[in-house]
Amino acid sequence: MTYLADVAALARKDLKVELRARDTLPAMVLFVLSTLVIFHFALPADTGEDAAYGLLWVAIVFTALLGLARAWVPEHEHGVLDGLVLAPCDRSAIWLGKTLATLAFLLAAQVVALPAFALFFAPLSATALVAVVLVDIGICAVGSLLAAMAAAGRARELLLPLMLLPLAIPLVVGGVGAAISPEGERYLLLLALYDGVFAVLSWASFEYVVTE
Amino acid sequence: MTASSAIRSLPGLAALAAGLMGLAIVLALLVAPEDADQGVSQRIFYIHVPIALTAYFCFGLGAWKALLLLWRGEERYDLESYVAIHQGTIFGSLTLITGSIWAKASWGHWWLWSEDQLVLFLVLFLFYCAYFMLRFSLEEGPRRARSSAVYALFGVVLIPVSFLAIRLAEGLIHPTVFTREGPQMSSSMFATFCVSWVAVTLLAYVLYRVELVGKRLDADLRELREALR
Amino acid sequence: MIRARGLEKRYGRRRVFGGVDLDLSRDGFLVVTGANGSGKTTLLRLLTGLAAPTRGTLEVDVDRGGIGLLAHDPLVYRELTGMENLDLFGRLYRVRERRERIGMLLERYGLWDARSERVASYSRGMAQRLALCRTLLHEPELVVLDEPYAFLDDEGAGLLDRELSELAGGHTLVVATHDPARLAPFATTSLALG
Repeated sequence: MTYLADVAALARKDLKVELRARDTLPAMVLFVLSTLVIFHFALPADTGEDAAYGLLWVAIVFTALLGLARAWVPEHEHGVLDGLVLAPCDRSAIWLGKTLATLAFLLAAQVVALPAFALFFAPLSATALVAVVLVDIGICAVGSLLAAMAAAGRARELLLPLMLLPLAIPLVVGGVGAAISPEGERYLLLLALYDGVFAVLSWASFEYVVTE
Repeated sequence: MTASSAIRSLPGLAALAAGLMGLAIVLALLVAPEDADQGVSQRIFYIHVPIALTAYFCFGLGAWKALLLLWRGEERYDLESYVAIHQGTIFGSLTLITGSIWAKASWGHWWLWSEDQLVLFLVLFLFYCAYFMLRFSLEEGPRRARSSAVYALFGVVLIPVSFLAIRLAEGLIHPTVFTREGPQMSSSMFATFCVSWVAVTLLAYVLYRVELVGKRLDADLRELREALR
Repeated sequence: MIRARGLEKRYGRRRVFGGVDLDLSRDGFLVVTGANGSGKTTLLRLLTGLAAPTRGTLEVDVDRGGIGLLAHDPLVYRELTGMENLDLFGRLYRVRERRERIGMLLERYGLWDARSERVASYSRGMAQRLALCRTLLHEPELVVLDEPYAFLDDEGAGLLDRELSELAGGHTLVVATHDPARLAPFATTSLALG
């Protein structure tokens, strides 16, 4: 199917660009590690593990924000986005390619961050790990769309967090619940619902954000 | 509906809205029977709940107009969506304020995380403030109209998803120390509630129309100025 | 192929241009002139479908896959090589015999030796040439060029002259320029904005 081929070509392009520029991914890894260390100092001595689990999701959301802020920079550098929009491919393929690439970077950063978390604070259950993946999907899907919206205006670095954080609240709830609640599956369902609904919405509305 | 005919019917509607609001306040404060459990503070519900419902309605209207903009592409839907969301945000803030007053009157705290509705409105308030920041940051034109419309749609989808999340969060975050029972309404209480609801909805509608007319006149004036240049 | 009546474009209260009428038949060559800020670029964006008119009617008898645009910006990725950029667009435009076509274009525009270097290391003139390759890669029926001679040195300009003489008559062209005299031999119609 040419749609998937387009998405693959676009995602591959993003991976290549990042591999060469090498600015976003190292920054994300460093950021999440620093944040975890700060959390250690921010938590009073007698707080339980639960507080640490809560902060994990904060770290993930802010690391994702870092990556998303840079997501569309290559497209704006030489006005390339116009070139992509002009092409006969479906515009939603542009969004999907970008989302998959950003997701790959976030997961890559977490390959370092999650073991670090387990080392500094507490181990992560299987439910928590599934939640991490679901949260990643949700945040990249919505974030790619919002980042494209914000990129068209002034103050784009300020705008993206403002738009994304309220939308990230259900994800944080889902993540924390999956990590600490005995009924973790309910929270996974919440995350799956969020991902399903918002990914479809983002996929369908991208076209309208990049055209006039 | 042309600008002039719209304005003509507005004063009548405005007077009606003002009258109904007055009636609602009188009923809520004086006429309706006092609630056995909660006493005077329960009276706030006659205002608080209709305001909350109206806010939801405004956000829904904003999302509907946004959908129409994306679907039909007519410029006017952008302004209508914006004004609806503006009204929704105003009523949302009022919800937070009246809810906070109720919390203080009932439980002695200005804020309660256990109140689902209140928390939901806080999340929505933050979300829709970002809506205005988005509009402020983009240059006027189809790009801004479309992005705003998409964001408005996200907002309306966020409402149920957030509510679900907040419900689920209750068990985790804070122990449910404060419980609230919905008022068991007698028929006169119910009547008061209905009058109040109609009054607030009508008020919101009048404000929506007034703001819309004002903004349209503004735009017409600007176009005239441009044409004369 | 292109027909416009009463075309107007405004961004909120800012009117870029208005009352534009335009007729361009298939295989015609339209030259658009006008001072800076008169809306040449905006008009071209309207013709390619990147923007929609605020008022008026516009009919363009080509679908997206048949349009090639050379814009102010080169519309290529800085971090990818010339070859990779053309390969990406070749895939998106479903160009047949992609490799051969890319190779041919790179040779033609003197970029073959630089094909494996990142665009970031190209001079502005080279980037402009690459942009031309990207524009013509999928053999578009409608070729829209926004001040194509900008940034080109004499050699590049000569290559473009040659390309235009080959395209004219067999393709429909719209060119915005500050130097209409250069295009006079090809032009079939002209439009002055502002």
